[in-house]
Amino acid sequence: MKDIFAGRLIWVAIAIAIGIPIVHAATSPLLAWRSPIYIAAGFAGIIGLGLLLVQPLLAAGKIDRIGPILSKRLHRWTGATLIIAVVVHVAGLWITSPPDVIDALLFRSPTSFSVWGVLAMWGLFGAALLAALRRTLHWRPLTWRRAHSTLAAAVVGSTVAHAMLIDGTMGDWSKAALCVLVVLTTVVGLFNLQLWKR
Amino acid sequence: MTRNLISRRAALITGGAFLMTGFAGLRFPALAQGFSPTQSMRGGSNNYIPGAPVVERIGGGGFWMTGTVRRAGDGAPLAGQRIQVWAHTTEGHERDPQSHGATLTDENGEYRLEMPQIIPAFGQAHGHLAYDDPAFKTVFLRPVMTDPTATSLNADFILQTA
Repeated sequence: MKDIFAGRLIWVAIAIAIGIPIVHAATSPLLAWRSPIYIAAGFAGIIGLGLLLVQPLLAAGKIDRIGPILSKRLHRWTGATLIIAVVVHVAGLWITSPPDVIDALLFRSPTSFSVWGVLAMWGLFGAALLAALRRTLHWRPLTWRRAHSTLAAAVVGSTVAHAMLIDGTMGDWSKAALCVLVVLTTVVGLFNLQLWKR
Repeated sequence: MTRNLISRRAALITGGAFLMTGFAGLRFPALAQGFSPTQSMRGGSNNYIPGAPVVERIGGGGFWMTGTVRRAGDGAPLAGQRIQVWAHTTEGHERDPQSHGATLTDENGEYRLEMPQIIPAFGQAHGHLAYDDPAFKTVFLRPVMTDPTATSLNADFILQTA
């Protein structure tokens, strides 16, 4: 278990897992009928999902040739990029169709994937807020870690539900494969943190 | 005394039952006859532009929006009713004016409007329809296409008097 992700192959695996859905989306026929802002919003969502693949690996320090200190620093930067990706995603969709996004944000949308997306967004904001306030909060490290990890797991679960329920530009199989891998790395990452130990 | 009480109770029960059934019959004629009014769907009115003109077809066509319009209660077909249609298609976003158009029902209460192909947007391929004229209560629909590559979509209206 420990060294599943430790080899050099992990770089290749990450590149393929994120690259194939992006190539799929970039060649989707749906793009022909979308405005540039809508397309940008869609890609911001795909990039966000891709970042969720590396985020648990960085937290657990599991990527080959990245030491623990650099790993934690990259985890923070990736987290910040995730926030930007989600903001661009929501803002771009808002510009494309304001009433649909307002419905989603107010949890009165007719589509369940919107609910999952908004839950994932708030979970992400919560996890980021905990990260930003880590020093000021003065929580026990394990308490903080449990809270941050719980939110992170909720973000991953809701994001995967959000992505899988959408009929969009990513290929069905490449999207499903990326989602499975995101869940897998999250489980491995959480397992490595050994949050149940005192 | 006792006999009086019983008879009064019987009278109350009979009278009450009569009132209840009579009242329900008047209150829910639609339910009684199986044509209850169509309720607006959540999100149905999103990107609605009131007053879409009646057109021969929207844009280049190739896709058919079809359905029937009936009166709540007796289910009588309603002729000459304007149904407004809009969607994200191969020729524009939902918000674009050229994505909107309307048609009128024929003497059988049926409507058919040709429009560009609906494509998945905001997560699923769906259309928007509105009945929004004075004679009946306004209804907004947002039917979802089970097959995103289908070339037609059906939506029926049962309208109640405004």
